[in-house]
Amino acid sequence: MHRRDFLAATGLALGGGVLPSFLGRAIAAEELQSTIDVAVKKRLADAALNAAKSAGATYCDVRVGRYMRQFVITREANVQNVVNTESLGTGVRVIADGAWGFSATNEMTPEAVAKAAQLAVAIAKANAKTQTAPVQLAPTPGVGEVSWKTPIVKNAMTVPIKDKVDLLLGVNAAAQGAGANFVNSMLFLVNEQKYFASTDGSYIDQDVHRIWAPMTATAIDKTSGKFRTREGLSAPMGMGFEYLDGNAKDKFTSPNGVVNYGLSYDMKEDAIAAAKQAQAKLKAPSVKPGKYDLVLDPSHTWLTIHESVGHPLELDRVLGYEANYAGTSFVTLDKVRERFQYGSPSVNIVADKLQTGSLGAVGYDDEGVKTKKWDLIRDGKLVDLEAIRDQAKLLGKSASDGCCYADSWSSVQFQRMPNVSLEPGKTKQSVADMIGGVENGIYIVGDGSFSIDQQRYNAQFGGQLFYEIKNGKITQQIEDVAYQIRTPEFWNACVGVCDASDYRMGGSFFDGKGQPSQVSTVSHGSSTARFNGINVINTARSLG
Amino acid sequence: MAIFTEEQARAILTKCVALSKADECTAELTGSVDGNIRFALNNISTSGIVSNADLAVQVAFGKRVGTATINAFDDASLERVVRRAEELARLAPENPEFVPAVGKQAYRATPTFSQTTADITPEYRAKVAGDSIAACKAQKLIAAGFLQDGQSFVAFANSKGNFGYQRASGVDYTCTVRSEDGRGSGWVGRNVQDVGTFVPSTDIRTAARKAAGSVDARALEPGKYTVILEPAAAAGLIGFMFNFFGAREADEGRSFLSKKGGGNKLGEQVFDPRVNIYADPNHPDVPALPWDSEGLPRTRLQIVQNGKIANLDYSRYWAQKQGKPATPSPGNIIMEGGTKSTADLVRGTQKGILVTRTWYIRMVDPQTVLLTGLTRDGTFYIENGEIKYPLKNFRFNESPVIMLNNIDELGKPVRVKGDEGDTIMMLPPMRLRDFTFTSLSDAV
Repeated sequence: MHRRDFLAATGLALGGGVLPSFLGRAIAAEELQSTIDVAVKKRLADAALNAAKSAGATYCDVRVGRYMRQFVITREANVQNVVNTESLGTGVRVIADGAWGFSATNEMTPEAVAKAAQLAVAIAKANAKTQTAPVQLAPTPGVGEVSWKTPIVKNAMTVPIKDKVDLLLGVNAAAQGAGANFVNSMLFLVNEQKYFASTDGSYIDQDVHRIWAPMTATAIDKTSGKFRTREGLSAPMGMGFEYLDGNAKDKFTSPNGVVNYGLSYDMKEDAIAAAKQAQAKLKAPSVKPGKYDLVLDPSHTWLTIHESVGHPLELDRVLGYEANYAGTSFVTLDKVRERFQYGSPSVNIVADKLQTGSLGAVGYDDEGVKTKKWDLIRDGKLVDLEAIRDQAKLLGKSASDGCCYADSWSSVQFQRMPNVSLEPGKTKQSVADMIGGVENGIYIVGDGSFSIDQQRYNAQFGGQLFYEIKNGKITQQIEDVAYQIRTPEFWNACVGVCDASDYRMGGSFFDGKGQPSQVSTVSHGSSTARFNGINVINTARSLG
Repeated sequence: MAIFTEEQARAILTKCVALSKADECTAELTGSVDGNIRFALNNISTSGIVSNADLAVQVAFGKRVGTATINAFDDASLERVVRRAEELARLAPENPEFVPAVGKQAYRATPTFSQTTADITPEYRAKVAGDSIAACKAQKLIAAGFLQDGQSFVAFANSKGNFGYQRASGVDYTCTVRSEDGRGSGWVGRNVQDVGTFVPSTDIRTAARKAAGSVDARALEPGKYTVILEPAAAAGLIGFMFNFFGAREADEGRSFLSKKGGGNKLGEQVFDPRVNIYADPNHPDVPALPWDSEGLPRTRLQIVQNGKIANLDYSRYWAQKQGKPATPSPGNIIMEGGTKSTADLVRGTQKGILVTRTWYIRMVDPQTVLLTGLTRDGTFYIENGEIKYPLKNFRFNESPVIMLNNIDELGKPVRVKGDEGDTIMMLPPMRLRDFTFTSLSDAV
């Protein structure tokens, strides 16, 4: 069993303060700002490449990874935890006798990584005995010695802990001042310093930064026993600390005054709104179930795109490699060949590993492939899937799509979802224009409950804020809303997408896949979009 | 080296605690060797072994706490990790909810370790995968599965003289079997501590039978039905509910166990009187470590007695604040039942639906613990005590609290682990009235 699960299962932790081991070791804050000399990483990589070739590998790639994270966790006026972690080591992947082998070590010496490479070759040769067809890699040209860095303005790791704590406690106080009975807020900061080298002749040094600032305001009515929460409307981003500057130009105000955020987040402002809206939820009437036209804000739609488009278009799922855990897909290779009508002509969906500010943006993926943008659904028709080097030939492609990722130096890289986004509408249309055309609908902001079947047909989604639309006007806040969809019908019910001026991204910091499970981060952009005649259920129950 | 003996662990931990100049110090040493093998499309896809050991040191100056970890154990490394924790503690803001480390305890060892599991070899893993694949190939079925096994130890010591050491082991096997045309799917899951009790050939037959038997599934209108949840299907719902047994959340008014007007539902009738649930680190089928994450000794703890809430989870901080005794967090969940197997329950059912597995369970409304999710890998219609035909999968919207008020009959508990949860449970198969399915799924 995976160590992370095992520790949790058996209660191995002390005093509530010890870290899950997958995060690596805890370090002092100033160490988060340091880097390892590229020459040192190249020396380690060359030791592994040479050892693998000598042992009989026909291909080898090496990832020297330093994964740093910082968490600041608060509730009300209390700082619950400040944690800095570092995980450092080298993973070596090889092809020998036509099969994959992998080994990893946390010892940062040329001898240790050479030994890991030899072990990877031995595992590959053992695996080759049962392999029915040899691995075939799509060609990837070596790029020599190159580097790439997330275009950040302010490295979050250099911001003093005190400033972060003051920010969060200020947010909490503001929410409580505005009526929240409880408030939790936190900062998740990530820096992946990744060095990739392969026998194709690539030496790629990348410095990847991410930030997330989740927050939850809770309102309670002790008399009735009712409680409601409103989560923050921020998105995890591939940005530095500048994401928390709260620039006015990145605010998007809906026709009924709900403020959403683009490439900049005003956490305190959102906390105040969250407190007020959580209180309003306590009094909001319950939805009448039935068919509604849904107007979905990008802070909500990202998760629907993720579950009902991003995942079913993963080639490994389509083929059956994930059957025992995440599942397969209703999408088949035939559906791609036949240009399956996935959605209405308004639906254009792209995969994009280049998008600035997104979680998936890197210069090169974890098998050294230069990243790109490509069409998945064009004018509603399915045109492509998501594939990596050893899968490309199955789609008749001559190159990988560049969407391979491993969550650690000690994990085997495999196909992960790129950023998958709904393109804005080409005709000028604002959110007010869109709502103005709806007779009987619900406007949904923020992501909530989510669940989808193992082939990605039947899904159910909640949200943070629900507003009734009657005859083109938002009338009142309502509660207990969830909608149920069948994926192709849902996307074919899309009758419009607002223009590019409304485009924003949402995303996931913890997208799980694989056994042992790995997490990945991914963004999904869209403008506000309308879906007609969607089945809405009422989720209120009574415990008597 | 990843697995230390008690003497080796004690020597390292004692040194650590002695090195600290803080007001208090707790050191914890953990190590594990985990192996796994994965297969799909009737081929082995990946296999690996990961060994690791970590030392974590937590120190406190007053109410300022710092934690550091390291995976080297020489004297210089021990000094470094202690100083680093002290440095972080000095920088940390005061935690008003800080509770000092527990004093010296007398832990009673529990049977969490099995040498046969620790002795699992790569050859054994390959054989389980190979046998699973061969059995499916022979029936023109396609297997995808995962076997993971692990042995571990944990040891800790603090500056108040407390010390604990114990080893543990576990095995988890799951296999999804699909028909070649993708119209049928079956599944089996087995979680054991002692691999000697694992018989993969029997388990794979169950999954293959369900795969072949679920082809040509018929659609039934969504609605309220009598269901039989196999223990694995119940695990996702029941396990989820136990995330919300905290006394603090209940007292704060944000839990299904909060009482209208304030306070919590301790002692109140929340479930059918036949519901009895407890935790016990000494249970022979689901042994757990004899301490919880705060170092409190675990003993048998009744959680639900005759449908009434017998105990809530009082953390040491919240217990102190409320003037109540702290409760150790459960290391397992044991739900009592009857003597019947799932097959016996089917035989006693006039009309109903048998659910093999539940999937992608998420919270819809914490107020009522309303959960949504789907059936998967073997859903069948039962009539007059027999399985009549396979059914298309359903989405459910159901609360385990409501579900455990609609009990028809409980069977004999078996050891299970949920798809996404980590808690090992003993759960009975259960026949329930009025289980709420809200839509159909085309997924196989």
